[in-house]
Amino acid sequence: MTQIMASKNKMKIIPQIKIAAKGLRTHKSRSALTILGIVIGIMAIIMVMAIGKGAEDLILDQIRGMGSRTLSVEPGRMPQGLSDFAEVYTESLKDREVKALSNPNNIRGNNEIAPFVYLNATVSYGNEKMRTMIEGANRLWMDILDVEPEEGTMFTDTDVKQMARVAVIGSNVKEELFGDSEAIGKRIKIKNINVKVIGVLPPTGVKMMMNIDDIITMPYTTVQKVLMGISHYHAILIEAETEEMVPGIVEDIKATLREMHGITDPDKDDFHVGTMEDAMEIIGSVTSVLTLLLIAVAAISLLVGGIGIMNIMLVSVTERTREIGLRKAIGATRTDIISQFLIESVILTILGGIIGIIIGAAFTWLIGFGIREFGGFVSWRFFFPMSAVALGVGVAAAVGLVFGLYPARQASKKSPIEALRYE
Amino acid sequence: MALIEAKNIRKVYNHEMVPLEVLKGMTFDIEEGEFVAIMGPSGSGKSTLLHILGFLDPQTSGTCLFNGKGMEDYTEDEIAHIRNKEMGFVFQAFNLLPRTNVYDNVKLPLIYSDRPEKEWHDLIMKAIKAVGMEHRLEHETSKLSGGEKQRVAIARALVNDAKVIFADEPTGNLDSKSGAMIMKTLQELNQQHGYTIILITHETYTAEHAQRIIKIIDGQIKSDHKVKKRHDANHGFKK
Repeated sequence: MTQIMASKNKMKIIPQIKIAAKGLRTHKSRSALTILGIVIGIMAIIMVMAIGKGAEDLILDQIRGMGSRTLSVEPGRMPQGLSDFAEVYTESLKDREVKALSNPNNIRGNNEIAPFVYLNATVSYGNEKMRTMIEGANRLWMDILDVEPEEGTMFTDTDVKQMARVAVIGSNVKEELFGDSEAIGKRIKIKNINVKVIGVLPPTGVKMMMNIDDIITMPYTTVQKVLMGISHYHAILIEAETEEMVPGIVEDIKATLREMHGITDPDKDDFHVGTMEDAMEIIGSVTSVLTLLLIAVAAISLLVGGIGIMNIMLVSVTERTREIGLRKAIGATRTDIISQFLIESVILTILGGIIGIIIGAAFTWLIGFGIREFGGFVSWRFFFPMSAVALGVGVAAAVGLVFGLYPARQASKKSPIEALRYE
Repeated sequence: MALIEAKNIRKVYNHEMVPLEVLKGMTFDIEEGEFVAIMGPSGSGKSTLLHILGFLDPQTSGTCLFNGKGMEDYTEDEIAHIRNKEMGFVFQAFNLLPRTNVYDNVKLPLIYSDRPEKEWHDLIMKAIKAVGMEHRLEHETSKLSGGEKQRVAIARALVNDAKVIFADEPTGNLDSKSGAMIMKTLQELNQQHGYTIILITHETYTAEHAQRIIKIIDGQIKSDHKVKKRHDANHGFKK
């Protein structure tokens, strides 16, 4: 009896795996359809993790591109939600605010400042036309973007002071309007005003969430007064002397503007100050919520996939009643039968997981390729974490175990006699 | 001590709350090395008796001992192990795994045994040779004739060196020639290799291949006698 006890549950795992694999190979198309839910679920997890991480990296990269010393003062209080955007478009930032924020008595340190305006307009040269973004800024803007014209020059502070009708155009704008011919010195028309092209930027792609190749940069004075006929700004960019000074400068800006605008309750601010750190925090929380949401969708897919597995395994148990009876008659224990069916369901789900990982990786690469090539986000990186592979296989195996257990137990409960009689 | 001791075995099934007594108290012994045929008409309870003797189904009352111990003396796993190590089963419907070759079908009991894997090949080949199926190793069982299928089933029953082979109507699905071959194989296993064989059949002619015939009718033993002159399977087989 001790010999019997010692040999209990000693069934070899490799032959068991071979039996299970053979069982699955026998019904190839059914096995393939069964794992479809798992494939989709794991694919979704992989894509969420990989694209989510890639997007987060890209956005953070864009924000970092703004530089940790850069602050942006924008009109209107910080929007609290989508319905709150009306509040943003106020005209609270004008020349006197620029002057006040440039004053070292108000704002600590020796900072650089760039008022900023933009408009969407149709630009034409001869018969060629295109609609694009015109940005009004000064030299600091180009420094922040870290880009220099590859042809011609950047406009000067004198151009800004004199409201010079000059523009530096992005590489796509040049391509659209001029094709292969020379652009420098030519006059383009914006809102019926002739503007001289003095510089062409190299192909740069997306920076600070803008495709630099598609925009036209001009002195802010020209855009504000000549093209738009307004007196306010859309933003005032400030570059602090050092990163450490940023929090103090934020406080100085708030104090200065509140005093100027007679605001005592911070909730009634008609401006808001953004730093790179704030932006990164917001993006971080947004991507976490999105990731959670997508993981919930993937989890539902896995649940549905798991139920599919359970359903098919139950059908399989009924179909193979005779086989189960035979196995029990020739010495299989309940544990042997449970492990055989569990191994089958786990093989199915792991297979589904692996296929899901491969398809997920392929789609992630394709989407990344599209974003890089057609979206202009040249800094997009193909991100495929090994943790996603481990998670994918782990989750798939867990689904197999959980949803395979009930059919496996049903199989193990069959009496050899009943099973052998089954027709 | 006899290999199998059956004392007043009763089996009652409850069919839709109505008790149906299939075995009405049977007592007999089977010694190691015997070739016993349990014979009776359809519905006489012979298959039920075989299931009880083979530890596949418990009796309702009475005792059925194998090597001095009853099913009730063991746990479910221990019973599975005894079936694996000490008993071999041959069924009328063969019960081979479809889409699986001869070699793998014969291997099946070893998967559930405690024999080291390195011994498996020799054991499988020995069993397959004993039934003369070594030329069909790689054939899927669904492509074999009925007689060949039953020989594979016998090899599967032998592979783990069982003490006793329970054969439930092994010739029931076979033509006369194949049936004769199977009976010859069983006789050889008994005479040359000393296997105890318990054969279930409703055919007198098949039963006469055994050394002893226990006839049962309506769940009771009608007669239990030795066969005077054993039928030699080589001399023809009539259904």
